[in-house]
Amino acid sequence: MLNSLGREIPEYIEGIGKLEPYQGALTKLSKGWMDEPTIPAPNKAYLPHQSKLCNSLEEAILRSNPHNGMTISFHHHLRNGDILLVQTLTILHNMGIRYITLASSSLNECHDPILPYLEDGTVTRIYSSGIRSQLGRAVAMGVLDIPVVIHSHGGRVRSIHTGKIQIDLTVIAASAADCEGNATGSHGKSAFGSIGYAVIDARYAKQVIVVTDNLVNFPCIPLSISQNFVDQVVVVDSIGDASKIATGTTRITNSPMDLRIAKLAADVIEHSGFFEPGFAFQVGAGGASLAVAKFIREKMKTKAIKGSFMLGGITSYCVDMLNDGLFETIFDVQSFDATVSNSLLNNRRHIEIPAALYANPFNCGCITNKIDVVVLGALEIDVDFNVNVITGSEGNVRGASGGHSDTASGAKLTVVVCPSFRGRIPIIKKRVHTIVTPGESIHVLVTERGICVNPAFPELEANLKKAGLNIKDIHDLEIEVDKITGIPAPLEYTDKIVGIVEYRDGTIIDVVHQLKEK
Amino acid sequence: MKPKIAAQSGTFESSDVIFLIEPRPDNSGRKLEISSTVMQQFGANFNRIIVEMLDQYDMTDIHLIAKDKGALEPTIKARFETAIKRSLDEQEGTLK
Amino acid sequence: MLYIPGNNPAMIQQGGVYGADSILLDLEDAVALNQKDAARTLVRNMINVIDFYDAEVCVRVNHLSTPFGLADLEAIVPLQPSAIRYPKTESGEEVAELLKIIEQIEDRHGLPHNKMTLHAMIETAMGVQNVFDIASKFDRVDAITIGGQDLTADMNIVYTPDGAGIDFARKRIVMAAKASHIDVIDTVFPDVNDEEGLRRETEYAKRIGFTGKAVINPRQIEIIHDVYTPTDEEVRKAYRIVKEFKINSAAGIGVFAIDGKMIDAPIVTRAEYILRLANVTVG
Repeated sequence: MLNSLGREIPEYIEGIGKLEPYQGALTKLSKGWMDEPTIPAPNKAYLPHQSKLCNSLEEAILRSNPHNGMTISFHHHLRNGDILLVQTLTILHNMGIRYITLASSSLNECHDPILPYLEDGTVTRIYSSGIRSQLGRAVAMGVLDIPVVIHSHGGRVRSIHTGKIQIDLTVIAASAADCEGNATGSHGKSAFGSIGYAVIDARYAKQVIVVTDNLVNFPCIPLSISQNFVDQVVVVDSIGDASKIATGTTRITNSPMDLRIAKLAADVIEHSGFFEPGFAFQVGAGGASLAVAKFIREKMKTKAIKGSFMLGGITSYCVDMLNDGLFETIFDVQSFDATVSNSLLNNRRHIEIPAALYANPFNCGCITNKIDVVVLGALEIDVDFNVNVITGSEGNVRGASGGHSDTASGAKLTVVVCPSFRGRIPIIKKRVHTIVTPGESIHVLVTERGICVNPAFPELEANLKKAGLNIKDIHDLEIEVDKITGIPAPLEYTDKIVGIVEYRDGTIIDVVHQLKEK
Repeated sequence: MKPKIAAQSGTFESSDVIFLIEPRPDNSGRKLEISSTVMQQFGANFNRIIVEMLDQYDMTDIHLIAKDKGALEPTIKARFETAIKRSLDEQEGTLK
Repeated sequence: MLYIPGNNPAMIQQGGVYGADSILLDLEDAVALNQKDAARTLVRNMINVIDFYDAEVCVRVNHLSTPFGLADLEAIVPLQPSAIRYPKTESGEEVAELLKIIEQIEDRHGLPHNKMTLHAMIETAMGVQNVFDIASKFDRVDAITIGGQDLTADMNIVYTPDGAGIDFARKRIVMAAKASHIDVIDTVFPDVNDEEGLRRETEYAKRIGFTGKAVINPRQIEIIHDVYTPTDEEVRKAYRIVKEFKINSAAGIGVFAIDGKMIDAPIVTRAEYILRLANVTVG
C-alpha cells in the first residue's frame, strides 16, 4: 500500500508485525488520543536494607534473567565514547544468549565492534534513532533478516508505552550514582550532562542496571534517575572514553561555506516574522546549524530581543546565550560538551528533561510543540521538501532520525540548512532516497546557492522576498545544481526491505531497501 | 603518441583529482587505474572523460592512475590535460 | 573583491556564493611556480562553466617579465573575463605594451577591444610615482588597486597594522583614480581572525576614498559590505531608477530620462546593485 507521500509500505513484515502507512504529520494526533493501548510498567518489590551493588557488569547481567529473545536497551548520551553497549553484548554473547532485540536510543561508530553479533545471530533485531559507520553499511547490505526500525526520539517513547519495544533489561551509564541507584550524568569525571533519553527505559524495563565509575555517598543528587526504578548498581573503572564523551566547549565552525549558509539562515529567521521577544529556539550541534546560533546571538543583541527557551541537544554556545540573558531557560535532553554539565548542575534555569517531555507526541504536550524556530540539517532534501537524514548518497545507513521530525512538526519555522552539493553529490533531489521528515513540516531550505520556501507557506515567502533575500524555486535550484555536478547514476537495490522508518506517531513514512553488491 | 616522461597533476584535496601518468613499453596499450569517492554515482562519467581525452590526444602505451575526490567535470578535464602535456614535456609557461 | 587561488578547484567552484561583488581568480602570487600551467588550465576550464552569479570575474595574470605572463594572456584573453588584473604595474609605457599584446590576441580571436577591462595593481614605489599616467591614459584601465604587502617590501619597510608606511601611497593612488574617474580598490587585510581590525581598516579606506576592498577569505566579505552599504539617499535614487526602468521596459522603451538625465543599461545595473546591497526589492 502507498502512504500519503507515495511510498510503498508493506502491510505486514515478519518479526515487526502490521504496518500502518503514514497519512500526514498531524493526522493521528488530531484525534486527541492514541488508539493503541498503553502497557503497564512492571511492578517491583524490594525489601529494606538489601544491597543492589554488584561486583561486575557480568554479575549484574546474570542476576537480571538473561534469556534468548530478550530486548536490551541503552541510551546514547555518551555518544562516541560509550563502551557499555559493546561490553554488555559481549557478555551476553559469551553466555550464549541469542535472538536479542537491541533497542538503543541511538548507535554510533563506537558500536561497530558488535557487528559480528549481528552476523552470528546474537542480535537479530534493532530499534534505534540512528545507525552509522560499519553497522549502517552492514544493515544496508542486509545483515539482519528482520528490518531495523528507525524511530525518532519522541517516537521511541511512544513505542515503549505501547509495548512495541518491551525492554527486558536496560543498562544505564551514570557519571555519578549511589548504592541505591539514584544516578545522574551531570557530575563526575565522566560527566555527560542530561540523561533524558534513559528515563523512559528506567521506568519500563523489567530489569534496570545502573553502571557508574563514580559511586558517591547516598543520596546522589540530582536524582536524574531515581532509585525506585533501579534493580542493580555496578561500579566499574570507566563507563567510557572521556575524551569522546564530552570535550571542552563546542567551537563555531571556521568553514566559510558553513558560515555563509548560517548567515543566510539567520537572515531568514530575522525576517520570517517569528524573530520576536519570547521566541523559542533550537539548533543542532553540527557545523552550519550551530553557526546559526552565532549570528542569531548577534541579531538578538543588536535588536534587544530576549527569547524564551532553547531546547534539545545543548552545546556550550547555548549555555553562553543563557548566561548572556538572551534566553530565559534551557530544556536539555542531551548535552554536547563538558561546560554544559556544569551549567545543568548549577543553574536552575537549565533544566534536564526526559525524552517524553521533549518530544513524545502522545501526551498533553511535549516541549517541541512550543518551538518557534528550529534549524536542522539534511543529508538530502527533495523538491517536495521531504528530508532524508538516515541514508547517504552511496545508499548506506549513516545518520540519525533523532529529534528531526519531532522538532520539525512542532516548530512554527523549520529551517533546513545544507550545502547544495557535497563532493560532487547533489543534495537537492527530485526525490530523496529515504524520507525521515515529511516536507509538510519543512518551511524553508537554506543553501549557499539560494533560499527555497515551501510553497505551502506563501506568507513566509512574501516576508523573505520583502527583505530582499535571494529566493529561488526549489525546482530551479535542483536543476541548477545538477548542471554543476552532473546527474549521478542511480543506486541499485533489491526488493528486500532492510529498514523501516517510523514517523513519530508510529506510522511508517518510508522503508529502506537492500543495497545491491557492487 | 606515448608519454615521454612520468608526470603528475592535481592534488588530494576535496573537489580535486590527482593524475599520475607513466610511459609503458611500445604497443602495450593503455592501463587505467581509476578510483573515486563518487565511483558509484559518477564512475561511468569519469571513465568516459578519460577515454575521450586519451583518444583526442591519441595517447597509447600509457599507465594512468587517477584518484578522484569528487572533482567537477571542468576540473577533471583541466587536471588531465595538464598531466598529459607534462608527460609529453609540452607544458608552457611554468617552472618544472 | 574576493581573491581565489587559481589552482584550487574547491574554492573556484564556490567562488560565486559568498556575495562578493567581484571574484579575482589568481594565477600570480597564490600559485606555486611549478603549478602555473595547472592553474592556468583550471581557470580557463572553470571560468565559463561555473556560475559566479552577479559577481564580475577578473583574472590576475603574471607579469610579462616572468616566463608565465604571456602564456596567461594567451589562455585567458580569449575567454574575455570582466577584467584582467595586472600586477606590479610601474608605468604608462608598460600598460601600453600590455594592451598591445592583449589587442593582438583579441584580433586573432575576432574579439572587440572594448569589452574586457584592465585593473592595474600598484605594488612598487615606481608604480606609485607613475600612478596618474597609469590611471588616466587608457580607456581600458577602469580600476587601480594598491598591493600593500608587495609595496611595503619594495619600500624596504616593515608592515605595521596602522598602515603608516603605505598611507601616502594609498592617498596618492586614490587621488589618481578620482582624477581619472575610475574605481580604486584597497589592499587585503591579512589577519582573517581580526574582525575589528578589518572593520577599522575598511572604514579608513572608505573615508579616504577607496571604492572597495580586496579580501582573502570569504568570511571578510560581510564586514566590508557592512561598511560600504549605501546611504539612504543612494538607495532612494536607485529605487526610482529601477522602478522607472521597469515601467519603461514594460512599455518597450529601453532608454529614458529621469530629471533630464539619460538612463541606460549600465546605470540601471548600478542602481540594481545598490538595491541589492541594501536588501531592497522593487515591487
